[in-house]
Amino acid sequence: MNVAPQSVRALSAGVPSPHAAGTKKRPHVTIRGLSKRFGNTVIYDNFDLDIPRGELISVFGPNGCGKSTLINIVAGLIPPDAGQILFDGMRLDQIKFGYVFQNYREALFPWLRAFDNISYPLKMMRVEPAERRARTEQLVAHLGIKLNLDLFPYQMSGGQQQLVSIMRALIVEPEILFLDEPFSALDYEMTLFMREQLQRIFMETGTTTVLVSHDLEEAVFLADRVLLLSRHPAQVADFTPVVAPRPRTDATLSDPEFVRTKAHCLDVFQREVRRA
Amino acid sequence: MKSDAFKPFLPLVGVAGLLAVWALATSLQWVDPVLLPSPVETGKALWKGMDGGALGHDFVKTVYRTAASTAIAAVIAIPLGIVLGASEKVYRSLEFVIDFFRSTPASAMFPLFLILFGVGDETKISVAAFGAILVILFNVAYGVMNARKTRLLAAKVMGASRLRVLFDVMLLESLPQTFVGLRNGVSLALVIIVVAEMFIGSQDGLGHSVFEAEQLFDMPRMYAAIFAAGVLGYGLNLLFLLIERRFVHWSGK
Repeated sequence: MNVAPQSVRALSAGVPSPHAAGTKKRPHVTIRGLSKRFGNTVIYDNFDLDIPRGELISVFGPNGCGKSTLINIVAGLIPPDAGQILFDGMRLDQIKFGYVFQNYREALFPWLRAFDNISYPLKMMRVEPAERRARTEQLVAHLGIKLNLDLFPYQMSGGQQQLVSIMRALIVEPEILFLDEPFSALDYEMTLFMREQLQRIFMETGTTTVLVSHDLEEAVFLADRVLLLSRHPAQVADFTPVVAPRPRTDATLSDPEFVRTKAHCLDVFQREVRRA
Repeated sequence: MKSDAFKPFLPLVGVAGLLAVWALATSLQWVDPVLLPSPVETGKALWKGMDGGALGHDFVKTVYRTAASTAIAAVIAIPLGIVLGASEKVYRSLEFVIDFFRSTPASAMFPLFLILFGVGDETKISVAAFGAILVILFNVAYGVMNARKTRLLAAKVMGASRLRVLFDVMLLESLPQTFVGLRNGVSLALVIIVVAEMFIGSQDGLGHSVFEAEQLFDMPRMYAAIFAAGVLGYGLNLLFLLIERRFVHWSGK
């Protein structure tokens, strides 16, 4: 019933994180007693979770279990019915965060050039235009992304648009980055490219990242830990660490350890799907 | 490759065809030449009328009235449409009233406006503005209401205030639909203005010109005036399309 201790155990059991072997990490995000229902469907009932700092967490689970709902609640897009979510003990409105939508076409502003799309959050923070420009140029240079940012979003490919979305989320130097199935509208070739880009960005910035994915391979490939959710009311089915070193490449996909981790995640997933 | 080069000229085929059939019909006397003058005769009447004649004056008058009514309609309907569209509850409570008057033929309001404004430009312009307001209002409100939810959420997530969301997102999101409203509005305004010019004691305007030519049985002049009205309607529509393409470059993309 109560999976909270289990999730805490998963962390405190001290599975060594690839980044901070040995060091004890304070959790970055603490979710306590989260409850949410849509109509008669209970999505979350007294749900607890700790998200460790500086790690990339993939969220994976059966359809409709509330993967996206989880990050939407944590990112403040949907109000929870009950529960508390703190970031280093602070509320969401006290921290800087970034959010990347699945539907980049509808999330970007088509009337702004890519450059102005990226710097828009700075405008909301009342940063002066000259500094906005400088900081945007700095971010682009820092990430080493080669894109013509004078284009309007509709003049770009899907992958390029989603890259712009990600940069828009990063411009505020967020403490935490949320991505809701960011690559699911892209073709496979572009998805592979974007995985690489996201990994590079994560290695560059080390920002705590929560990625919702519907593709198990992608979830495992990108993650430091895979959060496997049960059917709703969602509980933590497993919080599996992925130990493969970064940068991960195509070779990682066939690495025995990686394959084992993926198989384990699939097992847990199948078990949860079958549980009626 | 070769066929592509001709593509821009394809619309001219229809025009040439129509003129050919028209010329044939008159020269072979399929139709009574009194009822349908030849294209050459009509063209001459059009040229004479527009080149310093009465038709040119009528044309300018109709352009002025249509432009004035559309401008008034836009100034009233666009801000109102944004306010209504921003709150679905407000719009839903007024939807029936708007739909009802939008469906009421504006020409049925002539007598009422005659009493209110007397015989003059004010009546024509205000009836046309009344018709155009409802069309534009309806489209602007829907444009605002149908703003992509994701885009609104995105702005909210980035810390935009409600007012910011309204100006930075909703307003721009509604622009393509606003232009649909403006194009329909100006077409409707022209229809109402031309009808008004025919019947409410008018001294000028294209409607007056058509009506007077009919009374005098001056058929070439009548066709010339009809043709001038057609050019005006097409031109206004094209003008708004060009403005839209220039300022709402993302429309339909």
